[in-house]
Amino acid sequence: MKWIKHLSGALLLAVAVPAAAALNIFACEPEWGALAKELGGDKVAVFTATTALQDPHHIEARPSLIARARSAELMVCTGAQLEIGWLPLLLTQSGNARIQLGRPGYFEAADYVATIEVPQVLDRSLGDVHPAGNPHLHLDPHNIVKVAQALTQRLAVLDPANTEYYRAQSKQFLARWQEAIARWEKQGSGLRDLPIVIHHKNLSYFIRWLKLREVGALEPRPGIPPSAGHLGELLARLQKQPAKAVVRAAYNDPRPAEWLAERAKIPVIAVPFTVGGSDKAKDLFGLFDDTLARLLAVVK
Amino acid sequence: MFKRNLTAAAVALAFPGAVLAQDADLSKIREEIKQMKGTYEQRIQALEQRAKTAESGAGKAESAFNPAVSLILQGTYANTSQDPNTFQITGFVPSGGEVGPPKRSFGLGETELVFSANIDPYFRGVAIAALTPENEVEVEEAYFQTLALGKGFTLKGGRFFSGIGYQNEIHQHAWDFQDAPLPYKAFLGGRLGQDGLQLRWVAPTPLFLELGAEASSGDQFPGSDRNKNGVGGGSVFGHLGGDIGSSYAWRAGLSYLRNSPQDRAYEDVDSLGGVVTNSFTGTAKLWIADAILKWAPDGNAARTNFKLQGEYFRFKQDGSLTYDDSGASAVFGTVTGPFSTDQSGWYAQGVWQFMPRWRAGYRYDQLRYGSVTNGIVNNGLGPTAADFPLLTNHSPSRNTAMIDWSPSEFSRLRVQYAADKSRIGVTDNQIIVQYILSLGAHGGHKF
Repeated sequence: MKWIKHLSGALLLAVAVPAAAALNIFACEPEWGALAKELGGDKVAVFTATTALQDPHHIEARPSLIARARSAELMVCTGAQLEIGWLPLLLTQSGNARIQLGRPGYFEAADYVATIEVPQVLDRSLGDVHPAGNPHLHLDPHNIVKVAQALTQRLAVLDPANTEYYRAQSKQFLARWQEAIARWEKQGSGLRDLPIVIHHKNLSYFIRWLKLREVGALEPRPGIPPSAGHLGELLARLQKQPAKAVVRAAYNDPRPAEWLAERAKIPVIAVPFTVGGSDKAKDLFGLFDDTLARLLAVVK
Repeated sequence: MFKRNLTAAAVALAFPGAVLAQDADLSKIREEIKQMKGTYEQRIQALEQRAKTAESGAGKAESAFNPAVSLILQGTYANTSQDPNTFQITGFVPSGGEVGPPKRSFGLGETELVFSANIDPYFRGVAIAALTPENEVEVEEAYFQTLALGKGFTLKGGRFFSGIGYQNEIHQHAWDFQDAPLPYKAFLGGRLGQDGLQLRWVAPTPLFLELGAEASSGDQFPGSDRNKNGVGGGSVFGHLGGDIGSSYAWRAGLSYLRNSPQDRAYEDVDSLGGVVTNSFTGTAKLWIADAILKWAPDGNAARTNFKLQGEYFRFKQDGSLTYDDSGASAVFGTVTGPFSTDQSGWYAQGVWQFMPRWRAGYRYDQLRYGSVTNGIVNNGLGPTAADFPLLTNHSPSRNTAMIDWSPSEFSRLRVQYAADKSRIGVTDNQIIVQYILSLGAHGGHKF
């Protein structure tokens, strides 16, 4: 059993590598990566697991993600079962005790926000429904405020030496954010009652925030890919109840939206959905600025 | 609208003098009130939402702590040109697993019942029972796994699928073809599930590096039940993996498995047609090299993606074989001689999702007979090569193509065609239609 000796020697060596000074954050989605950077500044090192071009429902527990989860000191995820297909695997396969459920290193945004569209009936005939409600909660900027406050506290718990720094960062960010909300709500008043067709129920918080009107979805049920039959029905419905645009997230397949838009003679708006979803959505401010600009372009 | 006007009116009434004098102030107050109203509306909505969530009563009943439960339904319709009951992989010691094609006509696959939950802050528990079409219940996996060891270590104990190779740990319902590749069938009885302990360690590096070691009772093929104290089988494995840009992900691994089977028996037919029992005692060593590459544009697999997967196996046995025909022909009785094998096998498969819901795949697998040194035959102890028909020099191969359709993440229908040359001298043309449905808790998307 000589190899055991060699192996354990190698293991000890590898474990002894000193950890970096900055707090290691694993953000499940780009919006939380961006928020962690706003609040943590140079005291944190942020790894973002997904991009704006990926569907956060359908991610595999890839080796690269397990490796990053292994060294994470804080997981910042959406929760509400958005990451149910991959986050539990990362937790169990990373061998990282700090990020397990219930530990300070595990943070779910949905714990601090009242989710909407909580299903009264749980049945998969209704599609891939989330028992805890719609998880795409970052598109209401008021939710970002709540999550930012909670995340600031969490950063202070994990890295008490920098508590003051995180508080100052948070204060500064929230001041800018509140200002921006006022601006967006003013601009967004022009979107009130705008009838739109969506791809997936991933814009619900935005629609509710600025009181747009959702008149149809390309997916026949949440999580079920659009089918020709359903798109045909939707098109027929739009003849009676017209919409102004088809709005899809950057990661949604563009073809169903284009198919419908061409026939219904309305434009397709690809919104960034999250940070990195368009050239202008470089941070959380850019995300909302660009989303509003793209939608307002149709109204004018 | 009406409400807002009313509020404005109220404000106007409250400060009659100021209104006319200071328009700017009024609009400021209006704005503030509007904001307050907005905030309160949101708070009320939030409270309503909470009340609703509480109503659904998730936290009240005892059942709130029930483990996640899921059920996998599987079934087949099979059309095979050869009788599935005569299935064998000629040239290779039978592995004892259920490795043949499904029964002809309609047939039920294994119905899997999966339970999993965190036990406490320290352990997670998983149990998977397979209800077989023969109306038996098999414990496929039942293990605990540590959550709190930290430093990248995870200890698993109980019955579990070994971490060797790539496909071994993947459950049948997540396979890309209806059955296992030939080397898995020949060298591991379909797959290696064992009773024992497993320790894994993930390195704290951005590049994925994982090392693992297992100790087991070694009672599954290529081992056998030994009725001995101590460890009967052991394995070590290492995995490397990562991303190349945002569109590619890969993993490569090396594994080594060692077993010491004792009187591991299989039945064959001697030259007179009598049933003989051959039993092997010695050591069995298996090396596996595996690699998988996945592609999805920008890492978004929803519309289209491609998966390339391959594994190479080298299998060596060294020990003695006992030939026993006393139960039937009784020509030679019991004869024992030295026995060793050095065989190999590999497979490669590609699966392409060419549009949402639709995937097509192709697999080629092959076994190499290599060398089989049978001391009983070579040393002229009595029985000749004709008394060991299963060990006839033959290198099986197979071509498999499949196409599957998944209406949702929870259902899949598949049609598979295979030209299987596992048996010497014949090709078994198999057409298999299969369904795989999953009910209950959402399963994980394992890489």
